[in-house]
Amino acid sequence: MTSSVLSAARPAQIRWHPLVLRYAPVVAIVLALIVLWYVAAALMNMRMVRDAFEREETPYTVSDLIAGTMDAERPLLPAPHQIIETFSDDVFGWPVTSPRSLIYHSWVTLSATLVGFLMGAAFGIVLAVLIVHARTLQKSLLPWIICSQMVPILAVAPIVIVVLGSIGLRGLLPKAIISAYLCFFPVTIGMVKGLNSPDPMQRDLMRTWSATPTQIFWKLRWPSAVPFLFASVKVSITISLIGAIVAELPTGAQAGIGARLLAGSYYGQTIQIWAALLAASLLAVGLIAFISLLERWIGEVMGARA
Amino acid sequence: MLAPAHPNSADRPEAIPQALAVHAKGVSLTFQTADGEVRALSGVDLDVAKGDFVSFIGPSGCGKTTLLRVIADLERPTAGAILVNGVPAEKARLGRHYGYVFQAPALYPWRTIERNVALPLEIMGYDGADRRDRVERYLKLVNLSGFERKFPWQLSGGMQQRASIARALSFDPALLLMDEPFGALDEIVRDHLNEQLLRLWDQTKKTVVFVTHSIPEAVFLSTKIVVMSPRPGRIIDIIACDFPRNRTLEIRETPEFMRIAQRVRAGLRSGHSYDE
Repeated sequence: MTSSVLSAARPAQIRWHPLVLRYAPVVAIVLALIVLWYVAAALMNMRMVRDAFEREETPYTVSDLIAGTMDAERPLLPAPHQIIETFSDDVFGWPVTSPRSLIYHSWVTLSATLVGFLMGAAFGIVLAVLIVHARTLQKSLLPWIICSQMVPILAVAPIVIVVLGSIGLRGLLPKAIISAYLCFFPVTIGMVKGLNSPDPMQRDLMRTWSATPTQIFWKLRWPSAVPFLFASVKVSITISLIGAIVAELPTGAQAGIGARLLAGSYYGQTIQIWAALLAASLLAVGLIAFISLLERWIGEVMGARA
Repeated sequence: MLAPAHPNSADRPEAIPQALAVHAKGVSLTFQTADGEVRALSGVDLDVAKGDFVSFIGPSGCGKTTLLRVIADLERPTAGAILVNGVPAEKARLGRHYGYVFQAPALYPWRTIERNVALPLEIMGYDGADRRDRVERYLKLVNLSGFERKFPWQLSGGMQQRASIARALSFDPALLLMDEPFGALDEIVRDHLNEQLLRLWDQTKKTVVFVTHSIPEAVFLSTKIVVMSPRPGRIIDIIACDFPRNRTLEIRETPEFMRIAQRVRAGLRSGHSYDE
């Protein structure tokens, strides 16, 4: 009774839809970032626009200035709507096979990413299996594996491309190899941990059944490592995307997101650079989302708690 | 391979009666640790007849789990000889002579209950139809029919431990080694599972070697109680316990039960196990 009196005394509470509650914080952050971006774009492009007005000796107002910062052809920082405009032009304005289409370039990069990722992940898993099964290999391989990750890839990539080119490997494969080189490391580290994760009781059980090493691997070590594999793969697949883009930078590649970035910076096409960056981040989001879906599906099959 | 027999306890397998499930002679085990040597077992002599239910009882550190692991060939003795079902412990392990139940259920979390029970069968190469048949039979034996498709985390602790017992029984070993299987469960569940275990032992005519630190549990379950003491781990008393095989929880009120429990307690006390 008291509660009904209390609630009657209060103003009716607003009940938000659960979807609103869920996405409101994200939307708020995005909106805030966009506002900040516009402010930054106005401030950064301001001098350039004012100089242009003064060079042509046309009178201008503050609102002319601000309007100018929003649709400059080669702004220091393009406004969000300019990027989206160029992006959708590049994506939808051309047939997907045209070298002007961003989808074409994304596909070139994506295919190198996927091939490189598969090669890197397979290599990483094989290394982890070797390390787990032979102590001497752990001591002899691990320092080299760690060293391999300290090499600045931007410096090594052209060498790799030239060397591979001289033995007749061109196009997708050299990029995939650089991408694989970058992305195997997290898989190796994660899988070594995962393959060693079964607890002593689970291992002793296998001993009491006198299981063979192969059986222990497939029925205990491998399934135990699956969650670790997914954690590694999420890191690794974005690294392999970066690897593919980096491999396109120093080699004068004709196609791919990296080539697009390079061309944009040659000709001062900042908007094109940002559109290519947007494409790269959408690719990364897509790859991660795909891995997460796969992880959830396999988790369900393997009895993970919902 | 089996550790070389202690010179003073020359092992003569031909002298071992075939009825023994476990025969240990002068078994010692010393662990090398960072703090020096730990004598986990010292001069253990023990015979377990086939069909017996033998409990090891003692305070922590008395080597009861270590002795069970030596029988299972999960640890190698540094001296002495041990035969399981008339063959050296390692041969018994390789021949899958025993099923082992650990303190924790240790079910594989990515396998359903039926696939957990089927795991040793898969490893031992039983064919599909036989596997399904055995899984069904042993899950029924431990009252888990209907839970085949559940994952371990969907079951209570007691049910998980029952599933692990079904798993240990699935390939029908003659010997069941149990290391405090009900230690993590509450008293009510434990009583219930003790009764079930006794019924199962009576039905299957298996030999059970059981580690516990509960006096009532040991007296209620066993045909023979082995009282152990720490520093170094050794056997200080072996008590026969002659209740009928199909005993019920009511025997815990009888004077005979009290008398045996009293003797176990006295044995534990004489080992000075609680003074240090």
